[in-house]
Amino acid sequence: MAEAHPVGFQWVMEAKARGAKVIHIDPRFTRTSAVADTFVPIRAGSDIAFLGGVVNYILSNELDFREYVVAYTNAATIVREEFRDTEDLDGLFSGFDEATQAYDPSSWQYEGHQDHDPEHGHAIRETAGGLRHESHGPPVPAETQRDETLQHPRCVYQILKRHFARYTPEVVEQVCGVAPEDFAAVCEAWTRNSGRERTTALVYSVGWTQHSVGVQYIRTGAIIQLLLGNMGRPGGGIMALRGHASIQGSTDIPTLFNLLPGYLPMPTAGKHDTFDEWADAIRHPGQKGFWGNARAFGVSLLKAYFGDAATPANDYGFGYLPRMTGDHGTYQQVLSMLDGKIKGYFLLGQNPAVGSAHGRAQRLGMAQLDWLVVRDLYEIESATFWRDAPEIETGEIVTEECKTEVFLLPAASHVEKEGTFTQTQRLLQWRQKAVDPPGDCRSELWFFYHLGRLVKDRLRLSTLERDRAVRDLAWDYPTHGVHDEPSAEAVLREINGYRVADGAVVSGFAELKDDGSTACGCWIYSGVYAGGVNAAARRTPASSDDPLGLEWGWAWPMNRRMLYNRASADPQGRPWSERKAYVFWDEAKGEWTGPDVPDFEKTKPPSYRPEPGAAGPAAIAGDDPFVMQGDGKGWLFVPSGLVDGPLPTHYEPAESPVANPLYGQQANPTRKRYQRSENPMNPVRSEVFPFVFTTSRLTEHHTAGGMSRTLDYLAELQPAMFVEVSPALAAERGLEHLGWAHVVTSRSAIEARVMVTQRMRPLRIDGRPVHQIWLPYHWGTSGLTTGDSANDLVGIVLDPNVLIQETKVGTCDVRPGRRPRGAALRALVDDYNRRAGL
Amino acid sequence: MSIGQTPQRMGFFTDTSVCIGCKACEVACKEWNDVPADGLDLLGMSFDNTGRLDANSWRHVAFIEQPVPPKPGSDDSGDMRWLMMSDVCKHCTHAACLDVCPTGALMHTEFETVIVQSDICNGCGYCVTACPYGVIDRREGDGRAWKCTLCYDRIGDGLMPACATACPTQSIQYGPLDELRERAEARLEQLDRPEARLYGHDPGDGVGGQGAFFLLLDEPEVYGLPPAPVATTRNLPGMWKRAGWAALTMAAAVAVSFLGRRP
Repeated sequence: MAEAHPVGFQWVMEAKARGAKVIHIDPRFTRTSAVADTFVPIRAGSDIAFLGGVVNYILSNELDFREYVVAYTNAATIVREEFRDTEDLDGLFSGFDEATQAYDPSSWQYEGHQDHDPEHGHAIRETAGGLRHESHGPPVPAETQRDETLQHPRCVYQILKRHFARYTPEVVEQVCGVAPEDFAAVCEAWTRNSGRERTTALVYSVGWTQHSVGVQYIRTGAIIQLLLGNMGRPGGGIMALRGHASIQGSTDIPTLFNLLPGYLPMPTAGKHDTFDEWADAIRHPGQKGFWGNARAFGVSLLKAYFGDAATPANDYGFGYLPRMTGDHGTYQQVLSMLDGKIKGYFLLGQNPAVGSAHGRAQRLGMAQLDWLVVRDLYEIESATFWRDAPEIETGEIVTEECKTEVFLLPAASHVEKEGTFTQTQRLLQWRQKAVDPPGDCRSELWFFYHLGRLVKDRLRLSTLERDRAVRDLAWDYPTHGVHDEPSAEAVLREINGYRVADGAVVSGFAELKDDGSTACGCWIYSGVYAGGVNAAARRTPASSDDPLGLEWGWAWPMNRRMLYNRASADPQGRPWSERKAYVFWDEAKGEWTGPDVPDFEKTKPPSYRPEPGAAGPAAIAGDDPFVMQGDGKGWLFVPSGLVDGPLPTHYEPAESPVANPLYGQQANPTRKRYQRSENPMNPVRSEVFPFVFTTSRLTEHHTAGGMSRTLDYLAELQPAMFVEVSPALAAERGLEHLGWAHVVTSRSAIEARVMVTQRMRPLRIDGRPVHQIWLPYHWGTSGLTTGDSANDLVGIVLDPNVLIQETKVGTCDVRPGRRPRGAALRALVDDYNRRAGL
Repeated sequence: MSIGQTPQRMGFFTDTSVCIGCKACEVACKEWNDVPADGLDLLGMSFDNTGRLDANSWRHVAFIEQPVPPKPGSDDSGDMRWLMMSDVCKHCTHAACLDVCPTGALMHTEFETVIVQSDICNGCGYCVTACPYGVIDRREGDGRAWKCTLCYDRIGDGLMPACATACPTQSIQYGPLDELRERAEARLEQLDRPEARLYGHDPGDGVGGQGAFFLLLDEPEVYGLPPAPVATTRNLPGMWKRAGWAALTMAAAVAVSFLGRRP
């Protein structure tokens, strides 16, 4: 965190100064480790074994926060008899379908839900369906069978206990290379600092997600935090640190192929042919919770898109929306480019030639395009690959023959345009424009508004059916200034939503209607412009009257600063302790109160119980804090919605130096694979690729380097690509400090200067030493400091739930000296692959 | 500061126990003061590619990467420590650089900080050899001496120096020196680590106390700092006095020798 998020790390240092204990678990000793109270080195890719060990420690010592666990999680819920665990099936759950390498999750359902037909894992994987659950759980029927004594052998608590029983400290040592005393210290600190009086926060950075089991890493963390009562309570939670400004914003109002704003799913061809089919697939008539209003959110979004052209007669223009036919994720796109199926590409502030897995495939793919638009602050590698990619040297791209027409358009930086950033707390903060952008630089808003305007103008007289969607787009934003800059505030107003008849803004999503009388660009952001006030631009700091600073910016939904904060009170609505009082029931006033906006219906008393057969918000009981879940509970066990199983289980990374010590199943059986000749994977336990590599960032550079390698004050602070190795590995391979080394995988070989450091240390895994090396991934061929790209080493294998790439762990070889040049580079890699049997 | 009020002595307290080595101080300093970039040299000194304080680096974050010495009677634990410290001009009470400056380019400001007036500096370089910490340096191609000004052009307007403003963890604290000394004592007590110590806070030391002082987590030598710095000009008056007596004695001897020649 200190490395990649130094500004946010000030709060950790402040907490430490106030007595918090900071534990850092990482494959390498970083700037965070330097100031942590405890540093625990771990083998990259073994986190579920480690965290599973913590779960086992909690359960076998009965250290869970029992009252919270029984009332607020699904620990007591009974699971169907047909369910079989990985413990029974040697690493597989019941329902595995060999043909599709995916699960039919029917047997994972709750008891009594036999008729419920959850989405098949194969369908979720193709569309990265897990992303839909960022704001709510997948659908399950509301009525569940529970045993609050937690004794029923098929209740979640008992299943959890059996599942994690084998994750003993000895197994943690065997799989992760963590000494039992270090592990015990973490378990003790975490559990001792949780409960009524205390809470523990779990913080991770996006590297945690970049694994073929990335979602299950975070799930394991969530299980621990739920068992210890650390969710929905002050000082607890799971903090996801994002890799860029407004990454949260770009999933809320998504730049993803499978989502529409507010986590509404992009419709699937053949499944969601009408608006009703689509809306019912979201709201699941009869389900508990707030998705009951999905029709209003959907119609209001279509009214924002298509304005007067959206009418009940044409399903509000639902037919204009694109349809998914399968995997259209970024890696599938690159492979489709290689196959000549994609002709044009827009890159906006993204540099896949350096920043995405398998750099060679990225560059070769882009070299097959007809046209490419790059909007960036600098002339990045993704705009220059046709003349300076490593593949020019190897002869795989020939400048004179490369047909890609590249349009490099200069972009305005964040200080040169107005708009909002949404950070990890879901807080929208408005940015003022400080200076005009220089020269031809323009904002994204300007670019897309005018591009859309010009395209619409071209199609003005078209009578073709395919052009109707664009012709019907509502595309009327006020502009100002010499460059006709669209008003960002007008866009925010549309996102907030308004009444169509008189244009008056709505005050929140509860006012949205499904009859076409309201328009709203993103229902979860509704309220940010309530009363005509740009709440994102508010700048009133926290004070003793307002300790959370509720008038600094605006958080979705409805300015809540902590989700599920009903859980900060006990089932009767009283604070768990005075020390941790947050949101609680005020009996006299008959409402929920506290420093935050309650994440609960304000006047629904703790004693409220729904009528049998109730649906929507009315089905949520007064003591069900997880209001966006189908059963109102925090999920220790996930009956549907995940592709790779209802519980996290340790699988080795797709490339590993060891056989899975726990199960016959080596790696995540459902991981998304692309088995193609240009994407080989290193074999398990390969002597040709004996070492583990992991990649990450340096404080001094930013991601693919476009905004840091180009600036002399930053470039000089980390002026060369390097690789960190332990003294032991340096001795074994003959690597000299500050000399050159090259690192080889089945995809490519790159060179780097050697940093021999004791911050890297070999670990003993399953009885033998395993060396790990570390590489920063910032370098490429342009900028002030240039070097080979670490991402060239990485293959394309993805987490099945959200299709994120496994960039944080792989296997490799490392040798002294520079890599071969020209055609000899491919010959070297081919030779390795031949020896590895690929 | 209102007119007529005597400004307090201002300074830096750099608490290395909370430094995370982000180097924001280095960059902010260069941005504000328009200090030239220093070249792309991979030094291999841990994450330190700045190397030292010089004319083009007025803040320098040192990275000390070492195995933790094993406790008596135990094996090598393999544990590491990684100390980080943002170094800067010490703004000495008795500043040798200033004493030796023949042009008066080096001066104490109203905040009792030490600055070089670049329009007066003639590039003689006497200050470079006089500084007991090796801070001040002549810039190649320019010839004049440059160093930290404690952002003289910010603090007069009530702003904090650029480095302290940028520091995310408040490792670099700026304020009235008296207050900083109190804060540092309190921090030392709160930290409660036997290896922690203050460096340069004592007005009785060889430079009369540093205007920029530090909380360190080991001996100063570990960070490349002199353990007992002395203003190189401190003994100058005494030396002149002795030289004067010697000259007088010599003159007297000469005179006597002439007297003795009288026939």
